[in-house]
Order: sequence, then C-alpha cells, then structure tokens
Amino acid sequence: MKQFRWFFLLILLLSAGCTEREPAAVVKPRPQAGTPVHGDALVTGSIGEPSNLIPILSSDSASSDISGLVYDGLVRYDKNLNLEGDLAQSWEVAPDGLTITFHLRKGVKWHDGAPFTSRDVMYTYRVTIDPKTPTAYAEDFKQVKSASAPDPYTFRVVYDKPFAPALASWGMPVLPAHLLEGKDITKSPLSRKPVGTGPFIFKEWIPGQKVTLDANPDYWEGAPYLDRYIYRIIPDNSTMYMELKGGTLDMMGLSPVQYQRQTNTPEFLSRFNKYRYPASAYTYLGYNLRLPLFQDRRVRQAITSAINKQEIIQGVLFGMGQVARGPYKPGTWAWNPNIRDFDYNPARAMQLLREAGWVMGKDGILVKDGKRFSFTILTNQGNDQRIKAAQIMQQRLKAVGIDVKIRVLEWASFLTNFIDTGRFEAVLLGWTIGQDPDLYDVWHSSKTGPKELNFIRFKNPEVDRLIVEGRGTFDQNKRRECYYKIQDILAFEQPYTFLYVPDALPAVSSRFRGIEPAPAGIMHNLIKWWVPKAEQRY
Amino acid sequence: MFQYLVKRILMLFPLFLGITLITFVVIHLAPGEPVEMQSAMNPKVSAAARQRLREFYGLDKPLYVQYGRWLSHLAKLDFGRSFAPDNRPVIDKISERIPITLSLNVIALILEFGLALPIGIIAAVHRDTLVDRGISVFVFLGFAVPTFWLALLCMYFFGVLHPVLPISGLHSLGSEKLSGFGRFADLARHLVLPISIATFGSLAGLSRYMRSTMVEVLSQDYITTARAKGVKERVVIYKHALKNALLPVITLLGFSLPGLIGGSVIFETIFAIPGMGQLFYQGVMARDYPLVLGILVIGACLTLVGNLLADLGYAVADPRIRHGKG
Repeated sequence: MKQFRWFFLLILLLSAGCTEREPAAVVKPRPQAGTPVHGDALVTGSIGEPSNLIPILSSDSASSDISGLVYDGLVRYDKNLNLEGDLAQSWEVAPDGLTITFHLRKGVKWHDGAPFTSRDVMYTYRVTIDPKTPTAYAEDFKQVKSASAPDPYTFRVVYDKPFAPALASWGMPVLPAHLLEGKDITKSPLSRKPVGTGPFIFKEWIPGQKVTLDANPDYWEGAPYLDRYIYRIIPDNSTMYMELKGGTLDMMGLSPVQYQRQTNTPEFLSRFNKYRYPASAYTYLGYNLRLPLFQDRRVRQAITSAINKQEIIQGVLFGMGQVARGPYKPGTWAWNPNIRDFDYNPARAMQLLREAGWVMGKDGILVKDGKRFSFTILTNQGNDQRIKAAQIMQQRLKAVGIDVKIRVLEWASFLTNFIDTGRFEAVLLGWTIGQDPDLYDVWHSSKTGPKELNFIRFKNPEVDRLIVEGRGTFDQNKRRECYYKIQDILAFEQPYTFLYVPDALPAVSSRFRGIEPAPAGIMHNLIKWWVPKAEQRY
Repeated sequence: MFQYLVKRILMLFPLFLGITLITFVVIHLAPGEPVEMQSAMNPKVSAAARQRLREFYGLDKPLYVQYGRWLSHLAKLDFGRSFAPDNRPVIDKISERIPITLSLNVIALILEFGLALPIGIIAAVHRDTLVDRGISVFVFLGFAVPTFWLALLCMYFFGVLHPVLPISGLHSLGSEKLSGFGRFADLARHLVLPISIATFGSLAGLSRYMRSTMVEVLSQDYITTARAKGVKERVVIYKHALKNALLPVITLLGFSLPGLIGGSVIFETIFAIPGMGQLFYQGVMARDYPLVLGILVIGACLTLVGNLLADLGYAVADPRIRHGKG
C-alpha cells in the first residue's frame, strides 16, 4: 500500500502554501443604502468562449456579452425595453416614415482617444452591406435606400417604405472607421482586441480562460463604479456552481433546480442575492402543417387542451416560468394579456377529436379511416428540459388516446435531415423573443422556403397582412393593435402549442449594490453597480 | 536494420495520404456544414447572407476541388484558416492549446507509468494474496468511477468545504501580479486535482497489463532456473523477470505518443482547462473542417511516428525481433 501513501503525499506537497484565501463563510450585514464608491471587480462566468469581438462577424452570445460592454450603438433599449438614444443623442423620423435623422452625441471618444463622428457610423453601415463582408446582419441595413452624413454629428438614412424594425437595427454596435477603413475586416486584429466607445475598455483575452475589461473613465454616461469586469470561461455548469459557492465567481445564471432546491440555505442567501424575471425566450410544440393530420385545426386545439402547461412548468422548471400563449414575453408592450387559449381540459380535447372524426380504438388509441393517431415529437440533443417536457406531454396525450413517440437528435442532423426537408411531424423547440415585436421571419407565409424559419408552413393571409402593417408604421399604438390581433389568431389556430416562458435566475454576490431588476433584466445598469470599500475584494 | 527503417519510413507516405483522404471525406459526410451551424434558426440571416458565407469559405466549390486546395496548402505546411467566425489560422488555435495539453499529459503519463508499473509488479509478485486483491479493487475503482463525478466530489470537498485547492481553470485571478515562482506554484495548485484524478482513472489498464506479463514471465523456466541456482528473490524479480516483462510496455509507450496531444473533452470541460479535447470537440460540433482536419493530421503524424518508434524500440530491445525480421 506504499503507492497509496505516495498518492496522498503528492497531493499534500503540491497543495502546500495555499491558505491565503479567506474562509468563505463569513456572514456580513447588508446595508442597502450608501454612497456609491469606485473600485472592485465583477467576476462572471460563461459556458462558451467568445468567437469574434467584431460584432458584425459573430452571432454567439458570449461574443455579444463582451462586445455589448465595449461598443455602443446609435440607439439601445432602456430598462423598460423602450428605445432610447445611445451614441445618437436624439433622432427624428420624418412624417412619411421614410427618413430617419440621427443627431450624434458630441465629445464621445474611442478607447484609443480618437473622436467619434458620423464617419464611423457611415463605415459601419457600408462594411455591413459590403458583399465581401461575411456577416449575418446585412439584411436590415439592405432596406436602406441611401445613407448620408451631412456633417460630423448628423447621420441620415432614407428607406423605400416605412420599416419599423429599422430604428432598432441602428442599435448595431458602431465600429471605429479610423482603425478599419480600407482594411480587410476579416483579418483585423480588432476581432481579438476590440476598440469601442462603450463603458468598458478591452484589456486582455486569455484564450479558453478569461476576458478582462477595464472601466472606461471617459465614458459619456460617466465612468462605471466597478474598476474591472472579468469574464471567465467555464464550460461546465456544475463547475461554475462550485466556483460560485467557493467565492471565486460573483455571478451566474442558476438552473431552476439550483434556484429552488440547492440555494435556499442561510449560508448561501447571506452571500448572494437571487433574482428572478422572465427570460426572453419561449418553448413550443410546433406542428408540421404540410401533413393532413395537423391541417385540421380541431386536432391542434385538442392537443393543446390535452396538455397541462402548468404541470410542465412545475415538472421541468420547478415552477420557475410562466405559461406562454403567444410569441411575446409577458409584460412587454406587444404582449396581449387577454388571450383566450385552450386551457388544460381533457374532456374538451376528446370532444374536439370526436368532432374531427376520431374514434377510440381497442388499444386505447384513437383511430380515423383505419389509421391510428400516432406521431413523433422531435427535439434536439443536449436540452434536458425539452426532453422532460416531451415526456410529460406524452403521458397527457396518451390519456386522450394519442400515441406519441419522442426522438432526440443531434442538432446538425436535426436541421439537415428533418427541418430542411420537412420530414417531421412535430418539433419541440424554442425561440428567442426579439426586442422588436416584428414577426415576419417566423410567421409570414413568404418565409416557408428551404432553410427559412416558418418551417412548419403556417400560411394565414390575415396574419400576413397584419405583420406587414405592423412593421410599416412607427406608431406604437397602431403596431400594438396589429400584434394583439395576430396573437388572437395564433391562439385560435394553434399552429404551435406555446408552452412556457422560462425565468432567468441570476445569483449575484451580495457585496454588489445598486442592482435594479427591471423588465430588461439586471445587467442594464451595470455601470451603476458598486461595492462598499469595506467589502471590496479585488 | 537500415533497410527495415527505410522501408517503414517510405510506407508512411501513402498511409498518410490515405488518412487525409478518409478523414476529409468522413468529416464532409456528417450532416450540416459550418455556415449552417453558425446561421441556423437565426432570423437575421437571409439566404443571400448564407450564400455569401459559403463563398467566403469556399464551400460552394465541388468537394474534390476543396480537397485539392486543402492538400496543396498542407504540402506547404499551411493548415488554412478556421471556419469559425474568428477566421484565425488553424495553426494559431492549435499552438495556443498544445502546450497545456502536452504538459498535462506528460505529467500524467509519467505519474501513470511511475505508479502503474510498480503496482503491477507488486500485484504479480504477491499474486492472489490480500495485497493483490486490494490493489485490484483500488485500480478498478479508479477505472470504474465516472471521472466527472469524482471530479465534482473532489472540487466540492477540496474547493468549497475545505478550500485548500482551486476549483477549476489554470490561474487564480490576480496571479499576474505574482512572482515567477508564485505563478508556478499557483499553476501547480490548479493542476493537482485534474492530474490526480486523471492518473487515478488510468492506473487500471497499465497496471493490469504489467501484472499479467509479469505473472507470465515469472512462470517461465528460466526464472525457475534462476531460483534453483539460489539467486536472491529481489534479483530474480527486478533483474531477470522485469527486463523481459517490460518489453510490451515499450509498445504501449509508443501508442501513447498521439494521446499526448489529445485531451479528454469531459475532463477539460469539468476543470475548465483550455486544451485540445475541447478545441476538437467544438470544431466537430461547429463543422469547422480546417480545424478538425488540422488536429487529425497532427494526430495521424504522431500515431505513425509513435508506431515507428515503438517498432524500432522493440527491435533495439529484443534481439529476437532484430534478428528474426530485418
């Protein structure tokens, strides 16, 4: 057994001299008020590593987490998800809705000291629509008929027809023309060392380990109180949770089980504040409307009636979410609170199915024209919540005589072999809810081609008309009317069974003050977060 | 001997070409392509944008053109640029990760051989006793316990309950400010858990192998002869028996050469170590063809070289092979 002892001796040797860390479980009183002071750092974690810090060249969330702090756009969403000026101090939309004029903020400097002007905006627009730029974001800018910069602090765009999502598209981060113009953007060093105008200045990126940002003392809105923002790359959620508990991470998004079952100890609650608000995403069961089986509206309504959404939220999210009845986030201006949906009611489901001509067979499964009512729900690998939700639905649908099979597929083959070819019956997937309520890409009948997002082939002339009307006006009340009507139609037609909007569940170290939960989440006022001198750690 | 060497080396070239062709075809057989993985289900990406990306990566060309182009670049030792959005040279992405994976694996390999060989020998010498059984239980425990589970338990015990070791990553925050030795000590502390757990998990294979060859050798006639001559048991075991029992280990060492640049995905993910395993896994998931091919080509080279070295080592160590073939 000598080797046994070596083994532990080795651990002891290598771990010698490692007691400099303070014991983690010191409970401190938490005064909430106080005068903000500068200093300290926020250490946060991410499962993924950023890919490219030139925002138009990447589409992953880790890249946009970082570039969102380094760059600014012309406009941004405030804490209540309304558009406000960012690098544009103000803007005007001409009465015909075709021309938008942005008045740029004066005195803003790039992190390298160069002044920010309309030339930068012009460059960003031009490089985005340049066919040589491999960007995914050219579409909104291609609607622009002409762009001009009459003086260094004015930028004007003209559209062919009024296009409401246009305004939000100018939230795209503005790139520094003086560093990029005339160069190949795909080979620019800025993709690893960004230079922006935002509240934090890029300091370093250690591949696979962390990205460090420093506070920008000259930020136009005032310097952030925190000196540094450290973004650690920790690919595993359980490890991240250990780091949080070990005190080496200040913030992470908890899973429902962590939030409900593992963090309600006095010890955890004394060291962390937990927050809860609806995430900008929903999960749905989508039906392939090419198939005769699902073309009957009553069948879709029946399936929704047979499913207990509340039970799914309890079982999958431990109650940390809310029922979805349409494609919008509850509480936002486009969300219709008065939707009549099909609540859980198995008797009604069976009645609807009877009306549709289905009769109960001997084996407890419905039959029509000699065919059993059986279909497969496809979902992607790597998302346990979806698999569990599918299993719960399978049970409920069995109770009304529908046989459901579940198939879990790797993402690439899921897309290539099933979604693109239309060879699926029902899919369990989720959408991110965009901040602009435009639904064109997912719900318009013109978006049913290969690789387009209306892959269930929902075609409804009234919805088409309302979508076009909604994006064609800047008047929020008129837009709201359109989107309310669309939600009514979707709730009646049930092309999807909308299942749930999960909650975002961040935990933040209690030494941070000034956090203000709002519809936009908690990160909207990061520059106002601060730590009392006595509790500063870094 | 020299002829044998030349023949073996010449054989490597067609073999290498075959490997590149097969890997190229296989990776393209997988459904989906890089553009798809980057743009699927993103409402902002139009068909035109997708086409633009495909042209940018040269994916619109026929497969044989893509292969030819890739191979001609490879001949100039140019691995191309990654198809990930960062579009960096593949060689940069690999070379920033190789040092950490290589050093981790070398340390783990030394520990593995350093521990597994003595364990195997002891087990063989004390065959079928309590010692042997105890060792078996211990090494199989390491083999059977899921790494990620053990890793999480150790992290919780040594990192959260009794914070003596860092939980994950390679450096503490603020370690930049430490002195050279301080930085090294910090790194070493970060490596204790991953290396201990990796070694524990890999003891079984090698030690069982060592035990069985040792048992076999100990039962041979010349050992009986040695004992009959009155040679001391220590000398019998460590001089007469061990020499022969170690022969197959040379092959194993050769085989472990390509493994040195490969990392375990689960392991690196759990411990947040930016190594080759993660890089390769991400490359495959994103269908980043040049990156995947680059790693496979390096792996293939090392495998070929490893096999060659093992054969040569064998030939040097074992007269039977040296004189039998050749």
